[in-house]
Amino acid sequence: MNFKLNKIIPQLATLLSVILVFGFLTYNAQVNMDNRGIEFGFGFLTQESSFDVQFSLIDYDGSHSYARAYLVGLLNTLLVAFIGIILSTILGVIVGIARLSPNYLIERTAAWYVEFFRNIPLLLQIFFWYFAALRALPLPQDTEPMFGVFFLTIKGLFVPRFVWENLDIFFYSIIATIISIIVIRNYARKLQENEGKQLPVFYISIGLFVILPLLTFLVGGVSLNFSIPELEQMSNTSFKYKGGLGIPPELIALTLALGLYTATFIAECVRAGIQGISKGQKEAAASIGLTPRQILKLVVMPQALRIIIPPTTNQYLNLTKNSSLAAAIAYPDLVLIFAGTALMQTGRAIEIVSITMLTYLSISLSISVLMNWYNKKIAIKEK
Amino acid sequence: MFKLIKQLTSFIAMVAVLFAFSTEAMAKKSKTLKNTQKKGFVRCGVSQGLPGFSNADAAGNWTGVDVDVCRAVAAAVLGDANKVKFTPLSAKERFTALTSGEIDILSRNTTWTLSRDADIGLTFVGVNFYDGQGFMVRKNSGYSSVNDFKDGISACTNLGTTTELNMRDFFNSKGISYEPVTFEKADEVVAAYDAGRCDTYTTDKSGLAAQRIKLSAPDDHIVLPETISKEPLGPVVRQGDSVWEDIVRWSLNVMIEAEEYGVNSANADSMKTSDNPAVKRLVGAEGELGAAFGLDNEWSLRIIKQVGNYGESYKRNIADTGILPDRGPNELWTKGGILYVPPAR
Repeated sequence: MNFKLNKIIPQLATLLSVILVFGFLTYNAQVNMDNRGIEFGFGFLTQESSFDVQFSLIDYDGSHSYARAYLVGLLNTLLVAFIGIILSTILGVIVGIARLSPNYLIERTAAWYVEFFRNIPLLLQIFFWYFAALRALPLPQDTEPMFGVFFLTIKGLFVPRFVWENLDIFFYSIIATIISIIVIRNYARKLQENEGKQLPVFYISIGLFVILPLLTFLVGGVSLNFSIPELEQMSNTSFKYKGGLGIPPELIALTLALGLYTATFIAECVRAGIQGISKGQKEAAASIGLTPRQILKLVVMPQALRIIIPPTTNQYLNLTKNSSLAAAIAYPDLVLIFAGTALMQTGRAIEIVSITMLTYLSISLSISVLMNWYNKKIAIKEK
Repeated sequence: MFKLIKQLTSFIAMVAVLFAFSTEAMAKKSKTLKNTQKKGFVRCGVSQGLPGFSNADAAGNWTGVDVDVCRAVAAAVLGDANKVKFTPLSAKERFTALTSGEIDILSRNTTWTLSRDADIGLTFVGVNFYDGQGFMVRKNSGYSSVNDFKDGISACTNLGTTTELNMRDFFNSKGISYEPVTFEKADEVVAAYDAGRCDTYTTDKSGLAAQRIKLSAPDDHIVLPETISKEPLGPVVRQGDSVWEDIVRWSLNVMIEAEEYGVNSANADSMKTSDNPAVKRLVGAEGELGAAFGLDNEWSLRIIKQVGNYGESYKRNIADTGILPDRGPNELWTKGGILYVPPAR
């Protein structure tokens, strides 16, 4: 009993002091806000925002509410984080493997890339891409198209837009493909465990991925057309593109900078993971007759991933949080729209900053939970 | 009878208490004034660099008509116009800096609007520059009026400003779809417009005139004739200190009234013997105008001597620098403008 109490009392005291500190801070803020005639409340979220946004994934204009403006910012942040994570993962894995290449030139190039991009502050890189690299691009009317349909201009990258018919059927076919691949993989595993036969699962999967969606075009009534951007004159010197899909230069600069920067760290994680597997493991695997590909897939990668995943999670979190630097180059992310424009138009600093902080916290925690789940899934299962 | 006496006494007591409270409240000095005098400098929020309004030179000396408002207050309450600490603020930081008590006057080309005045703990004290929003375009673009704008035009501006909201109202009323590109810093807006990211740059017309000199080829750009909004710019103080509010308001008013009566930094001392009682009041030779704020009687004389009247400030900062040589609406009401302040008496 006494022993238990000794354990609990310090914990209670800590908890109490934390509550007291927070209570004091809240009270202090409240008193000062009262003194200065500032009200606290979230009612402003339903008010009309009355400002427009350059780039939005959902339908939005100034007649919508501040809450919707928040959603626009959140989605734009998630978009940058998503593209950035994919870009940095692909690039990071390639560079990480390249650093272990026996080819001197490839190995050196990868090493230089890592050392160069990892040692320059990210904000500076964003400025470089936005203010130096993209500013040197031509005006729309001076642009020569790439492959006839891509236009890279100072006003952004204009690409053909997909115009789908019966998109839902195509979408269902993708889901059907994924489900059938999972079924086939499970069947193949059972077959191997019970009878020792091996199915070429990889080729079957690829075949399914091509055939099923293709079928929907032939029999499902799905059709795909392209809307190609066309130059249109607005006045003597100002031009714009009609049709197609415009990707703002701010988004390009931001994803490029975030992707290239974070990829260097991921490359190092990958290199560490692969080098962390001892040579003896590979030799042992080879001695029982596994092919080099099987060694990589069955012996090296499962163990390397355990080393790679936790630090890579950190990099994903960093990338997501770093995306808030978007505010420096006019990309309408959460910080620019909500903690920027909305804050200034409403003057509700405390409410808006706390919502923004909670949002970033939730995004980071979600990524963390997801990666922890994956990490647990591939961890050694001791029996 | 006894009950009546009891009621009467309690009534008298109540009145006495009320009276005591109200006289005490009246005698109470302004907290901001007391703090300022204790610190020895006026804390003033200005822009991060807008020529003519608030701009720092290489040596860190601030000049501009917005800066002069703060200098006038320093001259009035501290006796020295140079005792000002300037804090450069972005459009985003300005109101928070004021409401949180980091600065005591915000004099940063800030538009007076209902929601700002009523909503967020601020009080506007007056107007030191009447402005309106306009558009700048490239000369060779062929735009000669805002009516030439077409769907898909991209417009650069500062985020979080009334400009951003006016721009939407304007394009909506014309039924034109547009691409807003908004930056936090004015320099970034100018750079983006200069590089061709945007077809037009919109902000207050005074701002357009001032920022134009920063462009790589200023002569290749023109400001379109239309004005799409009212932008009365003026100093702001925190809500809840009415004495401080009055000091800032009347420091500005005195500068404008001094111009009206022909009192300037050179002749202020000699005006003490003027025949006009209004002029004598302005230079502190008659009346007790400073007492109401808890200041001495020469507060307004110091403003005129050290900072000058409004006309001098305008000429020094805006006209002589070539930003807007024509005073337009910022001329005195007696000369066809709309500068009209209540009498200092």
